[in-house]
Amino acid sequence: MEGPAVSVTGLVKRFGEVQAVRGIDLTVDAGETFGFLGPNGAGKSTTINVLCTLIRPTAGSAQVAGYDVVTERDEVRRNIGLVFQDTTLDAYLTAERNLQLHAELYGMPRGAIDNRLRQVLDMVGLWDRRASKVSTFSGGMKRRLEIARGLLHSPRVLFLDEPTIGLDPQTRSSIWSYIDELRQAERITIFMTTHYMDEAEYCDRIAIIDQGKIIALDTPQALKASIGEDRVRMNVDDDEVAIAALRDQFGIRATIAEGAVTFAVEEGEQFIPKLFADFPTGIRSVNVSRPSLDDVFMSYTGTTIRDAETNESDQLRAGATIFGRGGRR
Amino acid sequence: MSAVTVSGLARVRVPPRSAASELRAIKIVWQRELIRYFSDRVRIATSLLQPVLFLFVLGTGLSKLASAGTGGLNLRTFLYPGILSMTVLFTAIFSAASVVWDREFGFLREMLVAPVRRSSIVIGKCLGGATVATTQGVLMIAMAGLVGVPYAPSLVLAVFGLQIVLSFMLTAFGLVVAARVKQMQSFMALTQMLVMPLFFLSEAMFPLTGLPTWLTVLNRIDPLTYAVDPMRRIVFDHLDIEPAVRARLDPGVTWGGWHVPPLVEACVVLALGLLLLGVAIAEFSRD
Repeated sequence: MEGPAVSVTGLVKRFGEVQAVRGIDLTVDAGETFGFLGPNGAGKSTTINVLCTLIRPTAGSAQVAGYDVVTERDEVRRNIGLVFQDTTLDAYLTAERNLQLHAELYGMPRGAIDNRLRQVLDMVGLWDRRASKVSTFSGGMKRRLEIARGLLHSPRVLFLDEPTIGLDPQTRSSIWSYIDELRQAERITIFMTTHYMDEAEYCDRIAIIDQGKIIALDTPQALKASIGEDRVRMNVDDDEVAIAALRDQFGIRATIAEGAVTFAVEEGEQFIPKLFADFPTGIRSVNVSRPSLDDVFMSYTGTTIRDAETNESDQLRAGATIFGRGGRR
Repeated sequence: MSAVTVSGLARVRVPPRSAASELRAIKIVWQRELIRYFSDRVRIATSLLQPVLFLFVLGTGLSKLASAGTGGLNLRTFLYPGILSMTVLFTAIFSAASVVWDREFGFLREMLVAPVRRSSIVIGKCLGGATVATTQGVLMIAMAGLVGVPYAPSLVLAVFGLQIVLSFMLTAFGLVVAARVKQMQSFMALTQMLVMPLFFLSEAMFPLTGLPTWLTVLNRIDPLTYAVDPMRRIVFDHLDIEPAVRARLDPGVTWGGWHVPPLVEACVVLALGLLLLGVAIAEFSRD
């Protein structure tokens, strides 16, 4: 085995006044599926763009597949596959043409192209549609084609930036089964970003990123175990009264998240009956659950990922999307 | 990674960058422009419409006004070299707009993250656009018979050569604009603003005889002049017209009294094209 697939040290990226990434350190082992989880504008895409050599870091360094992203840009590019949030296919050309174009741009050995092209198209179930123009494809098919294209030149690291964004739930899960299959078939390192909590569960390890910093990094299981307690969400007549009562009667710190009074407590199911005994405001509904990644995110940031997105400074998002589409290179 | 082949999947190895891989990149970017052009018949037809209107509608209508001034020469024949350049002008600029489309639809990114030089992408784009514009120009050359210009091989070849050089220069010019202008609307508006003066100042529609000084100066600055002028000279070489008429309709470009030979004119266009291509490459390579 060689060294780590990705290693990042003290990475900082500033867009003018806006600091999109504020000092990130991480290491991804070869063969690992690594997830970058956080709300929009948290710095996920900026980090991926640095790792893909699309933008230069303001400070710090990063190696991908053993090559430095600034000084060995071409070597990095030859060894990575990319699937962006926005499609980068030529819709006027056929699926096959798009892949042939990619093979030529990447200088693949001519004799190897046809064979490899069939393999990747088979893998994503698009071999039968190879002669169709991409403009006739659905969103899910386009994404699958992009994944196939990203794999065409046998990269060692595949970057997936929000691979399922904008797709319906059914298509999302089918994309995931393709990704899962390819992990086993290609033994490739996958570095992906997502802001869907449930998708992060597919990863071997995840880094939770918020406001340009990694706030937690571990396996999904370990992260959930780390917060231990059950989560209780309840709808009440008067939120303020309920929060005050929880504090005074039980010493529990509750917050409002996504419209519900939310708190963590040991053995939630035993706690609920005690709660009903003498509560000063009407309780309309109560929900007790084992911790999810959403709760992990909440316990580290004090907000849910959805609330974070609505509150997230638009500035940061603007900074991160400057290069999302139409970035001049 | 120790295993190279896993469960029957052949891994390919992308070799390091070389001159050959750069050439392949240039070729595929060039090819893509051609594939897209030839699959778009509507575009081929509409690009022909404008020059045909100028040549046959305007040329026929105005000939009543101009018959005294052309010394018996059909106005359409006079306009023909100008229209040959105009076709190339519009097509080349439109071709360069594909960069703006590619950026808008994301495909530019696929090209820019490939392990090849930016210059290869830009050169491929430029050659692709130039080929498309030249092809459109060839369709206009084919119409020579309709305006009384003979299909002499030397004429066709010389005009074809000039069109290649002109297409190249104009596509490079379009790429320089496309590097800066990100939106299609802005690109179209800006190029319209630049294309019309280029066309009108270039003597495509009138002879250079007896022009006021300001127009003569602007005409000499307009790069299109150095393509229209030799084309007209070549076409007139193959026509049977009186020397006096020719002197009036085709006096040739002079620099301070010196008659600039057609070959020098072509070189001016080529040199400008190379310069613009250099600027375009620098623009796209900026981080």
